[in-house]
Amino acid sequence: MPTERERRFVGPRRGQIIFGVAFVAASLLLLSQIGSQTRWVDKTEFFAQPRFWPAVGLGGMVLLGGLHLYRLPWWRATRYDWWEARKWVSVLEFGLWFMVYVFLVPVIGYLPVTLAFVPALAWRMGYRSGFMIAISLVFAVAVVFLFKTLLGVKIPGGMLYEYLPGGLRGFFILYL
Amino acid sequence: MDLILSAIEILMRWDVALALLTGSVGGVLIGAIPGVGPAVAIAILLPATFSMDPIVGLTVLLGIYGSSMYGGSIPAILINTPGTAVNALTTYDGYPMTARGEPRRALSLAYSASFFGGTFSVICLILFAPVLARIAPMFGSREIFLAALLGIILVIVAHRGQSLIAGALACFGIFLQSIGLEPVKYTSRYTFDQSFLSSGIDLIVVVLGLFALSQAFVLLTDVDEKVRLTKLRGGMFQGMRELARHPRVAGVSASFGVVMGMIPGVGEFTAQFLSYTYAQKSSKRPQDFGHGSSEGLIAAETANNAVPAAAMVPLLALGIPGEALTAMMLSVFYVHNVVPGPGLFQNDMDFVVALYIALLILNVLVLAFLLLATRSLVQVVRIPNRFLGVCILTLSFVGVYSLRNSATDCLIAAVFGLLGYILKRLALPSVPIILGMVLGGIMEVKLRAGMARVKEPLDFIDRPIAFILFLIIIMVLAIHIRRVFLDRRELKEAEWQTRNASTRFGKLMLRRRNSFLKDRGKKVRERHSKLLRRLTGLF
Repeated sequence: MPTERERRFVGPRRGQIIFGVAFVAASLLLLSQIGSQTRWVDKTEFFAQPRFWPAVGLGGMVLLGGLHLYRLPWWRATRYDWWEARKWVSVLEFGLWFMVYVFLVPVIGYLPVTLAFVPALAWRMGYRSGFMIAISLVFAVAVVFLFKTLLGVKIPGGMLYEYLPGGLRGFFILYL
Repeated sequence: MDLILSAIEILMRWDVALALLTGSVGGVLIGAIPGVGPAVAIAILLPATFSMDPIVGLTVLLGIYGSSMYGGSIPAILINTPGTAVNALTTYDGYPMTARGEPRRALSLAYSASFFGGTFSVICLILFAPVLARIAPMFGSREIFLAALLGIILVIVAHRGQSLIAGALACFGIFLQSIGLEPVKYTSRYTFDQSFLSSGIDLIVVVLGLFALSQAFVLLTDVDEKVRLTKLRGGMFQGMRELARHPRVAGVSASFGVVMGMIPGVGEFTAQFLSYTYAQKSSKRPQDFGHGSSEGLIAAETANNAVPAAAMVPLLALGIPGEALTAMMLSVFYVHNVVPGPGLFQNDMDFVVALYIALLILNVLVLAFLLLATRSLVQVVRIPNRFLGVCILTLSFVGVYSLRNSATDCLIAAVFGLLGYILKRLALPSVPIILGMVLGGIMEVKLRAGMARVKEPLDFIDRPIAFILFLIIIMVLAIHIRRVFLDRRELKEAEWQTRNASTRFGKLMLRRRNSFLKDRGKKVRERHSKLLRRLTGLF
């Protein structure tokens, strides 16, 4: 049965201890580097020192993060905590999808990569019907048309566009 | 009158009209889709607005901010799932109305209450603008520093039960903004000799990671829910008549929204909580609250829609954003070299009033759109969660990559996306990181400027507004410490009450009898006392 302290804790139990320890450890590591990563400038006021605000930030992270960790109702990591950590790691797959998309756009071009990326990820997520794939394609075209063609946001043309014939090349680089 | 006329002149452009229409319709749509929310939409659209005029870009973003809560009430009422986080209280009374066959009544009441809240706050602020214009110039570096400090403290203490980690995350934000080349002494801070860190970590990259990418990750790892929609029956205009029967609840709730919106770091939740509690306490039928009370619905919706216009006050008058959404808007100002603060109120008052009038028009547009298009609009709640995740991931790319065409920015955003995902899974707040970044930067500049003009630290608060702000900070901290102390005492009392064993001293000794009498107990006590002696000897 959970104790009164556990019942009053805001948020789920799983993963809290791992996050707390990792946060404080990272803060301590960064704080230990303050001497080499910031400078103390002579003849400068204390509050205007370049080291002052990183010290405030990191000091607060260590102090308040440490107090948060100390005030946690649980001190031992259970298997639920590790399952939760595994769930965090599983998200890296989608991070990887995103980064592949990022690296391919300047090479192949915004429109072709988006046309491949959206249906492929939708397929991966289990939307395999013809209707959903069609919706994905429409969405991909709409995004490119809205942002690059209409709003003109800065996304470079793909390197492959260079091989297109004259007029088409300029059009693709500018609008697609 | 001249001021209002020149403000209207600023708005009389086709691109502003288009921005108003896009913002209002887009905001309602985004609000109506559970799992997206205005923060995600604004984060994605932010870089796209950089190429627009400040008034056009801000109108689009304001439109999304102001109208998303209208849209958020639709799934809250029809399927018991708030479209945006601030519509959570709408489910309390909205969904029970749907359950008893009155979805149209609930929707029209929510729209009418939202419209009243939105217009009330804009009218209040247009009337209040000349006063603000007179007060704003009294804010110098010290006052702005203290106001930013107050904002950050309020954000931290607002997270009841999580104030320690909220404070730690705000400090993380302060640390993040300090990374890079420091602009006064030109020394690098925490760059680890990496060139990509020299220019610092961009706020928009962090915002996109923490709000858009993390939400995409949450949706992609989620399961799709089956949505059952109720058929809409009845007229859409009955809400207006019903709202007119509760002018007191609507008026007080809108006032709470205006006041709470103006205080940095407080926002919709406190306004809703206060107005809902007031409505329940002053109602003739308090037992109906939570079971489909029209007064409850009015209180919740009026209060949250009165906040967006009011939240622009600290941003425009002092350059201090009170929440994540206004923090994002601050970057639009900076990109166009429009510096919000006392100078804006003195020199560009017509621009400020134009923004408010745009919000007023927006409310009318949204109400008209909702009254006509609700039947078709409710279908957007059917979009499957994981497909939404795919869409947000695709759109996030536009947001991050279009900033500087940098893959490193995208990588940093992905890392913050993972951090945001973890924070969401643990129900920890991510807003303090954003506000720490924005307010930390303001505090650094203003403290340096303010301290250069004082001889002793106490001179920092020798001006009336600085002194009042300092007193408010002390008061907020004192109230928070008292609340923490009371919570701890209550917890201890509850812990003692749930104990089965007696808490009397004699009984306690009796329970430890074995430890006192047996050799093993004696040895353990001896070892402990020896360790204690050694430890005290060290000091």
